[in-house]
Amino acid sequence: MSLVLDIALCALILGVGLATVAGHGVFRAVIFFITYGLLLAIGWARLGAYDVALAEAAISAGLTGVLLLAAHGRLRRLSAAEEAPLRRNLPAALIATGVALALGWAWFALPDPAAPDLTAALPQSGVGNPVTAVLLNFRAWDTLLEAIILLAALIGLWMLARDRAWNEPLGLQYHARAGGVMASFGRVLPPIGLIFGVYLVWAGAETTGGAFQGGTVLAAVCLVSLMAGVLPAPRIAQTAWRAALVFGPGVFLLSGVAGAIFAQGFLALPPALAKPAIVTIEAALTLSIAVTLVLLVIGPPDDGGQDA
Amino acid sequence: MADIATYLLTGLGLVFFIAGTVGLIRFPDQFSRLHALTKGDNLGLGFIALGVAFQTDTWAQVAMLVLIWGLALLAAGTVAPLVARAALTESRKP
Repeated sequence: MSLVLDIALCALILGVGLATVAGHGVFRAVIFFITYGLLLAIGWARLGAYDVALAEAAISAGLTGVLLLAAHGRLRRLSAAEEAPLRRNLPAALIATGVALALGWAWFALPDPAAPDLTAALPQSGVGNPVTAVLLNFRAWDTLLEAIILLAALIGLWMLARDRAWNEPLGLQYHARAGGVMASFGRVLPPIGLIFGVYLVWAGAETTGGAFQGGTVLAAVCLVSLMAGVLPAPRIAQTAWRAALVFGPGVFLLSGVAGAIFAQGFLALPPALAKPAIVTIEAALTLSIAVTLVLLVIGPPDDGGQDA
Repeated sequence: MADIATYLLTGLGLVFFIAGTVGLIRFPDQFSRLHALTKGDNLGLGFIALGVAFQTDTWAQVAMLVLIWGLALLAAGTVAPLVARAALTESRKP
């Protein structure tokens, strides 16, 4: 029975993936991409990788989907969305097929990776969830750089703003009728989402969850509040938003430097302090990830002007 | 006994999902499509949650199923009027 389910799931993933790249129209591709992410999340959950499933659903399907939808809406507003008719591009097809074949060959040719045994090292890490232990202790470098890359992406996005719009509120103006559905949704959802997001971060130390998943949920809460007009639209010049952006990477870097001075090396956590250190870094990172994602989604300051 | 209830209720839920999907494909305009989709899927999810509730071990799991259904209802109930309003604004544009 579960074999039928798995085969149906694989077929759906492949079919929706094909529809994403092969269909006509940007909007249709975006919708298929979101569906694809959700199906992949179910696939990861079937494999027992609940951390990856959560990240896939929240970040890939949810957040990236919203980013793509926002980009599509922007293109449409700039009336730049006239879509070029799909042409057959033989060289591109050949190269893509070649890359796919090479990757497939590499997958079969490589020896089975021997997953490092974490059972001996896990008690030293301070947390019970091996994924969190790897992300914030054993391979903290990667996570630190990821946090900084997010920040760089936001700065890149802000560079798209025109000078005269720099001090405008970020993103589009949202109109929510007072007492309408959006306004009530913006008041009902945040309390639930806040509890869920904070729970995900806190639970990430021992079971499924973590800073990225929790941060994405909190970002969604913040976005809903912004769209419902419960929160005023942020501006680039506001110190509080800027401080929230750098807080997480800052705390992470400081703890790394402290590790270099007082422990074995940069980003090294002494086992006795590992748990409080990881929880502190995760909490700070969550705030910064959430704020960065919010600002990425609402986009650069927009004075409504058209590109010349 | 619990298994039979699960089969019956999730089966009923699937019927509602299929009806909603047929409506989404067959109905002529956005508003009736939304109507079919939200009504059918909300009821369908409710019946599936009810059916799965017969397989749970603790009341906490039942409470989680109720929470899932409630949140899905909240989201669907919010999104449907927003999509409808967007469609209305779009159709009034010259």
